[in-house]
Amino acid sequence: MINSKYFLKGILCAKEFDSPAIALGLSFLAIGALLKNLGFTIQESIFSTFLTYALPGSLVMAESILIGVSLLNLFFAVWLVNARLYPMTVSLMPLLKHESQPKWKFYISCHFVAVSSWLILQNNYKEIEQKYRVDFWIGIGTATWLIAIFSTIIGYYSADFLNREMLIGLAIINPIYFTCTMIGVMKSVQLNISIILGAILGPIFYFVSPDWCVLIGGFIAGSIAFLFGEKNVS
Amino acid sequence: MLIILITSLATYISRFLGAFTSEVIDENTKIYRWFNYLAYSTLAALISRMIIFPAGTLAESNYLSRFIVVLAAIIIFKITKKNLVYPTLFSAIIMFLLSSTNI
Repeated sequence: MINSKYFLKGILCAKEFDSPAIALGLSFLAIGALLKNLGFTIQESIFSTFLTYALPGSLVMAESILIGVSLLNLFFAVWLVNARLYPMTVSLMPLLKHESQPKWKFYISCHFVAVSSWLILQNNYKEIEQKYRVDFWIGIGTATWLIAIFSTIIGYYSADFLNREMLIGLAIINPIYFTCTMIGVMKSVQLNISIILGAILGPIFYFVSPDWCVLIGGFIAGSIAFLFGEKNVS
Repeated sequence: MLIILITSLATYISRFLGAFTSEVIDENTKIYRWFNYLAYSTLAALISRMIIFPAGTLAESNYLSRFIVVLAAIIIFKITKKNLVYPTLFSAIIMFLLSSTNI
């Protein structure tokens, strides 16, 4: 089944002082408060984070409820905004693969793919033996997932005490945390190109298509970085 | 409840397809490297869009305050030798103060 030693090691990664879990927790605090203001019950709020576990997707869901879109529109809006999880999962799973590990672990644990857990794994996987990386990953995912769920609960119950300015303060945490993390990982020319170009092209393509701008901008920037790297290598 | 299930399904599809596709992709292949850059660039595009064209609560703040907070956070990040906690916490405090004073 799951190797408890590596599972616990993964869980403990989330408690590091500069772990992404802090930003994650504070961001879901804001989501909990937002869901309460939208009229969700505590059970619905918990289920939302439990089943979705993706911040932008939750925001889109909240916006869609406010605007009153159809279920089909909601599905496509959430799918588009969370489509970034596809390349993230593709780039993460090969790091975890081992012939002795059953496939169900990968298909269930892919639910844990989110920016914070992805970053924790990217920073730590090299220290873990290949065979047990998936157990380590399940530990990281479980920890960040539980943090998100408990933060949603705290946010829900503290909604009455948080004013508009406090919620704005909480809402900036996630983008700031990830901005700094991205700056921190810029250690090769290819990564610099993909991150800087992605940050420029994403908002530029917003004027062409607000729904597709992240994917189009990311695709072009990542492809240019890849081609640049391949040209230099060859 | 149906809204939550639709949102969850739409989110899980990308994760599931990623796990399914990755079965035939090895860590040392060109396609893996390509997807790795795509993952970083897509994240960067998402983050800059969240800051420049925010949704939800953050949309109630103005461009100038967000610009100030991002700049301050990057400076704090550099000063504190790339510690992630200080810029994160201070950004929330600065944003709160700027929003309270309507800047």
